Amino acid sequence: MAGAPPRLGSAPPTAFSPAPSPGVRGQKKRGQDSISSWPLADRVGYLLCWAAGLLLCALAAAIVLVMLVKGISYLRPGLLLEHPSASQSQSGSGGFLDPIEGTLLLTAIGIALAAPIGVAVAVWLSEYRRPAALARAVESGIEMIAGAPSVVLAFFGLLIFARPALAFLSQTSAGGAVYGRSFFAAGAMMSLLALPLVVGATREGLAQIPAHMREASYALGKTRATTIRRVLLPSIRPSIASGTTLGMGRIIGDTAIVVILLGASLHLEGAGGLAGLSTLRGTGSTLTSYVFENSPAGEGNAPEKAYAAAFVLLMMVLALNMVVTRLSSGKPRWMAGLTGPMLWRWMPWTR
Amino acid sequence: MDPLMPPPPVRKIVVEHEPTIVAPPANGRHAPPPNAPLAPAAARRARRAPAAHVTERMRIESVSLAYGERWVVRDVTLPVRQGEVLALIGASGSGKTTLLRSLNRLTEVTAGATRAGRITLDGQEIDELEVTALRRRISMVFQQPNPFPMSVFENVAYALREERRGRRTSRRARSSRARSSRARSSRGELEPAVVEALQRAGLYEEVKADLNHPALRLSGGQQQRLCIARALAANPEVLLLDEPCSALDPISTATIEELIVSLRESVAIVIVTHNLQQAFRVADHVAFMHLGELVEYGSSVQVFDNPRQQRTRDYISGAFG
Repeated sequence: MAGAPPRLGSAPPTAFSPAPSPGVRGQKKRGQDSISSWPLADRVGYLLCWAAGLLLCALAAAIVLVMLVKGISYLRPGLLLEHPSASQSQSGSGGFLDPIEGTLLLTAIGIALAAPIGVAVAVWLSEYRRPAALARAVESGIEMIAGAPSVVLAFFGLLIFARPALAFLSQTSAGGAVYGRSFFAAGAMMSLLALPLVVGATREGLAQIPAHMREASYALGKTRATTIRRVLLPSIRPSIASGTTLGMGRIIGDTAIVVILLGASLHLEGAGGLAGLSTLRGTGSTLTSYVFENSPAGEGNAPEKAYAAAFVLLMMVLALNMVVTRLSSGKPRWMAGLTGPMLWRWMPWTR
Repeated sequence: MDPLMPPPPVRKIVVEHEPTIVAPPANGRHAPPPNAPLAPAAARRARRAPAAHVTERMRIESVSLAYGERWVVRDVTLPVRQGEVLALIGASGSGKTTLLRSLNRLTEVTAGATRAGRITLDGQEIDELEVTALRRRISMVFQQPNPFPMSVFENVAYALREERRGRRTSRRARSSRARSSRARSSRGELEPAVVEALQRAGLYEEVKADLNHPALRLSGGQQQRLCIARALAANPEVLLLDEPCSALDPISTATIEELIVSLRESVAIVIVTHNLQQAFRVADHVAFMHLGELVEYGSSVQVFDNPRQQRTRDYISGAFG
């Protein structure tokens, strides 16, 4: 274990990847077996692996290219800034400002709930784990949530948020029926989608910290809580940041919860009352539900708008994926340095 | 040809500037004169005067330690004195580190670890002390340099900051900026203590310009001295060192060894080491442990030059371990 200590505070170490020694690289190793000497079955398998890889690349390229070509051809800057309107013709149905706002708002609500809860659960699971039976129950609970289809979560959410006791989170009709669909309701269920990702990334980060790091803090007369707050959490900022970003991608991409729990209305429709609260209690739509509604399968049937919105959605998700890759590879420091502290400013409990 | 004439130069080398020749260091530490007789052990040790005052700080009395059913330390009795360095030597698995970790009750972190016997600090049983208070008085440095992911200053200040509750909090809580300042003392308040700790660890001169830089940018040896500074910050009575040099290069090792020797006046030091030469260089007393038992304890000159036990003799001569 001689040599440089693990660099904490930088990006989480990725898979073990020994650098090839300069002498060996480039020159072909003697005695290396060639495919021609393999049995037929192995050769076929090898070729199938190649084919599968190429097919995947082609598929990914096709998705991006089709969306790029179609999306750019129908995308006008005005679409991003205009409110949508109900119209039979595609030229009159306006832009998709409201769905963009809805996506951003819903992602913010979802991650604001998921990040603190997820970090707290992960810290408890990794650092305390008492009683052990409860810890195991929590672990399987998280696995269950991670595996549950979002449409099931959405339907469950509707049952919960339509209860009279939770009427203050959505709207109530004149007859007294609770609508149960609002940004609050959808955001709460969306947070369940992001939660397993935040928990997983945080636990992975904590597992990377060597035991002597914790002991060094205990040996200075610090309590376990202080050690977590001042040593462990700052060390795993990049892990938390990448888990949070992954969770945001998951929220942005989900449709079922939006359709069932957000109402998928054309505009952000407030519930009345205080300005900000009104929006949160009201309904809206996101880019995903907008694409669904305007695709030939939906009611709006404005495929041009759907292509343009799908392109914007794809770009948002790709940008987030890029952030995750940068955060977890740790190569370009500027990004980790930028995103880490930025996320941290919103998570002051780790200070 | 005259045999007394020097042979003609094979090739004339033209030097425009006189080459600079670096004089050998005056104390001859880097370049020992050739053929210098190896000093006998006692003479080599004599270069270092023993500390003026030696006082007993800790006492380990018939201590046994076990992980679950497995006994790793059996019935060890040792004194720990300020003014001298105590080295625990022995092969891997001899229980040295476990014994060391029991002194500040760090074994309690490990699930299933149990202890029998008494350990006292200044006459008071360590089990009676509050564990965080005990660990401020008995500090520890680990095998791997492990500075926290903060600035150099914060690493040392971390050891000084206590979670404040009570009077001071309630008075401050009324002020508008109470939230940020409640748990933390101001930098100015801590600065003298931080600087003093860095000076004691011999690191201040090297880092005084970049106290705000991340500690992880320091070299391995500097990181380890930072860990020592951190451990010294709260003014402990005892300093525990668990193979502090095993991850370091020889030059950093020499620096830290000198530091250990200079610190023994102000703090009682226990060092665990695999490196016999190191134990010999820094220790005043040596305890040799084997398979959990204390085989021999004595002054380092006696243990190294004149071991009483056959097992000690074998270990020191390299027959096992």
